Amino acid sequence: MNIVIKNYNFLLIFEGNLNLETFHVGSVQEFKDRDKKVLILNDSEVGIFRMGKDFFAYENLCPHQGGPVCQGRLFSLVKENLDDNSKSHGRLYDENNLNIVCPWHGLEFDIRTGKHPGNPKIKLKSFPIKVDREEVYVTIK
Amino acid sequence: MQENMHNKKGFADWFIVDVDAHHVETVSWPEITSYIDDPVIRHQAEMYHAERVGTPPYGLNGDLGLRYQDVGGRIPHQSSQRENVESKDVHRDVILTQRAMHGLSLDYMVVFPTPMLFLGMHPQREMEVFLSRAYNRWLTQKILPADKGIVTLVVLPFNTPDAAVKMVEEYANVPGVIGFCVTSTRYKAVHDNEYMKLYKAIEETGKPIAFHAGYHWQDPSLATCNTFLGMHSLGFTWCNIVHMTNWVLNGIPERFPKLKSIWVESGLSWVPFLMQRLDDQYLMRQSEAPLLKKMPSEYMSSENFFYSCQPMEKSNMKALECTFEMINAKNQLLYSSDWPHFDFDTPNVIYDLPFLDEQSKKNILGLNAAKLFNLDINK
Repeated sequence: MNIVIKNYNFLLIFEGNLNLETFHVGSVQEFKDRDKKVLILNDSEVGIFRMGKDFFAYENLCPHQGGPVCQGRLFSLVKENLDDNSKSHGRLYDENNLNIVCPWHGLEFDIRTGKHPGNPKIKLKSFPIKVDREEVYVTIK
Repeated sequence: MQENMHNKKGFADWFIVDVDAHHVETVSWPEITSYIDDPVIRHQAEMYHAERVGTPPYGLNGDLGLRYQDVGGRIPHQSSQRENVESKDVHRDVILTQRAMHGLSLDYMVVFPTPMLFLGMHPQREMEVFLSRAYNRWLTQKILPADKGIVTLVVLPFNTPDAAVKMVEEYANVPGVIGFCVTSTRYKAVHDNEYMKLYKAIEETGKPIAFHAGYHWQDPSLATCNTFLGMHSLGFTWCNIVHMTNWVLNGIPERFPKLKSIWVESGLSWVPFLMQRLDDQYLMRQSEAPLLKKMPSEYMSSENFFYSCQPMEKSNMKALECTFEMINAKNQLLYSSDWPHFDFDTPNVIYDLPFLDEQSKKNILGLNAAKLFNLDINK
C-alpha cells in the first residue's frame, strides 16, 4: 500500500490506495498513550484513540450537531466527591476514565464506550480496530 | 360547592385526595402562638395580641396589604370565609375543612397554612422555628384528631436544618402526618451540605418531602411586575423552578434514591419547559453535574417525582396532553384544589380531560396519592 500522510494541524490525511476497507494506520509506538490522531480514510474522518494497550476508533462526527468531535480535547471524567453522609466536597478527576470532548458544544464521550456519560443513547459511531504485531488496523464499513 | 355536580358526573363515590388545600391559620393565631415553646417569645405574642390593635399577627413576616388575591372583591372566598360555624364541639377550621371536603367529594384533604408560606423569608431565622413548631403542635393536637380525613405535611423550619431534622424525628409517626413540607419561597440552596442529614432523615421515614410554592413580590425581578396577575403567575413557578434545578443537577435523587419529592402549587406547564431546558444544557455541560446517571428530564418523570396539578393550565389542550405524557401523569400526578384560594380547581379539571382514560383519572384524583401516602382507600 502506497500511503502518504500529510499533517494539517490536527487532521492527518491519507492519500493513496484507499479502496481497501481495512487500513493500516501506523505502528503502536506512533500513538501516544491517552492521546489520539484523526485520519481521513476513504470518505470517513476517523479518530484513533489509545488508552494503554487498548485502541479505539470513532467517526469524527458528533451525534449532537455534527461537530468534529474527535478533534476536541481529552479530559478525564469528572466525579462528585461525596462523603459517607452524602455531603459534597467538590469534584475530582477520575483518571481511569477518559473522555473526548467535542469542540463545538462540549459533549463528552467515554473513550472506551463512545457513550455520553449522562445519556448512553447518545454515542459515537465506532469502527473495528485491532493491533497485530504492533501494527494498528482500522476497518471502515 | 355543588356536590350534586359530582353525583351527576359519576365520580362522587370515587376515592379522591386533595393534596393541597389551605386554611387561614391567622384566624386562630393567638391560639397557635400559645403553643410556642420559648416562654419569652410566647409571652411576647400574648402581650402583642392583648394590647396592640390594627396590626398583623404576631411574628409573621410577609407582604402585609399586598394580598390582592380577591381581585378587588370579585373573588370573595379566600379573603373572608363567611360561612357560619355554630358548632362548638370542634374547632372552626375542622368544620370549614369538612365542608370543603364534602363539596369536593374528597376522602382526604391535605391542609397547609397560608400566611406562613412566607416564613422562609423571615429576617429572624429562629422565628421560623418557633412558629412552625407551634403551628405543627396546634394542628396535630387540635385539628387533625377531629377527622381522619384531614391530614398534613408537617411544615419544616428549613432555614435551620438541625431544627428541621428534629421536627422530622418528632412528627414522623404522629397520626395524620403523611409527609414533610418546605415552603419554597426562600433564598436557600436545597443542595447545600447542611441539608443532607435532613433528606436522610426524611428518606428513612418513607414519607415524601414537598416543596410548596409561593410568591415573593419583593424579589428584585418580580418587583418589576406591576400586577398581582403577573407577579403571581411567575412567582409560584419561579421558586420551584430554582429548587428543582438545584435538586436534580446536584444529584439529590442519586444521593437519596428512596426519597420522594412532591412539587406543589406551581401548576404543570413549568415542568416540560424545565425538562427541555435542563436536558439541552446538561448534554453540553455534563461535567458540572457528575452525579447524574441519566437526563434531568428522566429524573423529573421518574417514580420519585410527584406533582400537584393546581393551578392546571389548560388553554392549550395539546400542550397539556404532552405535559401529562412527559411527567408520566398517570402515575406521578396528584389532584389538588388549593381551596379556598382564588384559583382553586375542582376534581372536574381532571375528570373532564378528553385524553385521559378512566383509570388514569382515578389514579390522579386519588389512587396515586393513596400509594404515595399509604392512605386507606376503604376509608
